[in-house]
Amino acid sequence: MQTEEISRQVREFIEENFLFQEEAELADDESLLDAGLVDSTGILELVAFLEGTLNIQVADAEIVPENLDSINAIVAYVTGKLAAAPAAAAVAA
Amino acid sequence: MRVERFLTDSAARLADKTAIVAGKKRLSYAELDRMSDRLAAAISNRGIARGDRVVVFMDNSWEAVVAIFAVLKAGAVFSPINPSTKADKLAFVLNNCRAAGVITQARLAATAATAMVEAPSVKLVVLSGGGKAPPATGCLSFEDAIAEPSSASLPFAGISLDLAMLIYTSGSTGFPKGVMMTHQNAMAAAESITTYLENREDDVILGVLPISFDYGLYQVLMAARVGATLVLERSFAFPQVILNRMAEEKVTGLPLVPTMAAILLQMRDLKAGSLPHLRYITNTAAALPPAHIERLQALFPSARIYSMYGLTECKRCTYLPPEELLRRPGSVGIAIPGTEVYVVDDSGHRVGAGIVGELVVRGPHVMRGYWENPEATDKALKPGPLPWEKVLYTGDHFRADEDGFLYFIGRKDDIIKTRGEKVAPKEVETVLYGLPGVAEAAVVGVADPILGHAIKAVVALSPGADLTEQDIIRHCARSLEDFMVPKLVEFRDELPKTESGKISRRLIEEEMLEAAE
Repeated sequence: MQTEEISRQVREFIEENFLFQEEAELADDESLLDAGLVDSTGILELVAFLEGTLNIQVADAEIVPENLDSINAIVAYVTGKLAAAPAAAAVAA
Repeated sequence: MRVERFLTDSAARLADKTAIVAGKKRLSYAELDRMSDRLAAAISNRGIARGDRVVVFMDNSWEAVVAIFAVLKAGAVFSPINPSTKADKLAFVLNNCRAAGVITQARLAATAATAMVEAPSVKLVVLSGGGKAPPATGCLSFEDAIAEPSSASLPFAGISLDLAMLIYTSGSTGFPKGVMMTHQNAMAAAESITTYLENREDDVILGVLPISFDYGLYQVLMAARVGATLVLERSFAFPQVILNRMAEEKVTGLPLVPTMAAILLQMRDLKAGSLPHLRYITNTAAALPPAHIERLQALFPSARIYSMYGLTECKRCTYLPPEELLRRPGSVGIAIPGTEVYVVDDSGHRVGAGIVGELVVRGPHVMRGYWENPEATDKALKPGPLPWEKVLYTGDHFRADEDGFLYFIGRKDDIIKTRGEKVAPKEVETVLYGLPGVAEAAVVGVADPILGHAIKAVVALSPGADLTEQDIIRHCARSLEDFMVPKLVEFRDELPKTESGKISRRLIEEEMLEAAE
């Protein structure tokens, strides 16, 4: 899957599930935590989405802000995971 | 003795000991004491007087801890408010207690500003993280205030009978009420709890629960009382980060709610015995299923697990001594030290073992009432056995076993507990009715393995209205704290009603139960 497509799907998921102020714009590098958009159950939903829809396995130790706290971070993390597991990527694409 | 003495006494004894760890910041007791002295002087010089209410609208942060002790040292009353509170509700609270001051942070400044437009009583704002921007009139920079050495001594702060805090709690009417706790109340509660938890100076306590919640707030107060170290975290969103922090800091005490426990138990890579320094785990706000207790104990074999029960109106009521846990995993135990609890029938008479009734609490920890709300106060506080005392009617149904151990049966009112937080269906319904197109609305709780209960909105739309689940949820998120926003939405042509034509949540709940069978 191309990075642009990953980015689109991630942004769409976040906007639909976490972004409630219609006027608000979420920048690609903006912290979801700092913007008050996610809490503990929100991150769980995000992980479930990444595993279910983007077909990667998220280890406990990978559920950290560096990987998941902004759209950019999520896209980079997912891209990295898919590159490391080409067979899974072929199934997902 | 007043609550700020916890800090000043610990600072005198343990000046260089780490009081707070917050991310990369470490504050010693002496530093915490000095900063709160300075902030107290700064707000006092700018008009905060004895007895004034000051709202603390902040994330869990070292700045919030400084703020709380500063307000107390200035002789004022602090009211911690959940940082996900939206402007309308914040305005309600500010007006309800006629707050004189607000202490907040840059991330929340816009919400605070919007709320303050409707709250003329607020004459001082203290802003942390506001950067180099010139402060607006009536706005004091937190950073400037704690850097300003105070030469003059503070005015007389008050005595232990004075109010220390107002903790706002949701009620079934839909409007939050300010629980009034004096210094005496807080001292008594803190002493009792630190006694049964056996808190010591060498404890390292995790503070991830919001300080706007009395359970989270008291971690701050109790740590200061015994001279322990408090590790503050803003959110449990990234559990691995918290676990790593707990290992690094050798955390000894983990206060949690069932949602946090469920998240921990869902982790796939968590090994048993990974936190050997963990001495105790506490749970309250909702029941920990016995299966979760068992699994939690297996993960943390070195920790004693305390099941507890309480309400904001008295801070905490009961605890189960850990040695009883295997024998009675469903019990929340016995009255906390120095207090008494008993179960009564509808006439207020004590009932015997096995009989379900309402739990009543007496003790020095019981609130003084709800701020400027005599009607609600009279429903909760009733005359006790002694002529001068009031006892607290909890509104919760309990029964005691033959040995006197208590079991929570259910609430008397409609309050839903989700993530350990109280949600009044009426409050959410009021917000739903504010959305054009919603003709009828009812909010109920649906059992959820992680949340305890999830909030579900059942809605009937006006003819021609075209709203989606997303529209409903978005609308709620604009006015309500995150945990109050419905997770589930169901649309119907019309909602079930009682014979008198009132929408009945009970009928909806019964239908859901039948459907599940």
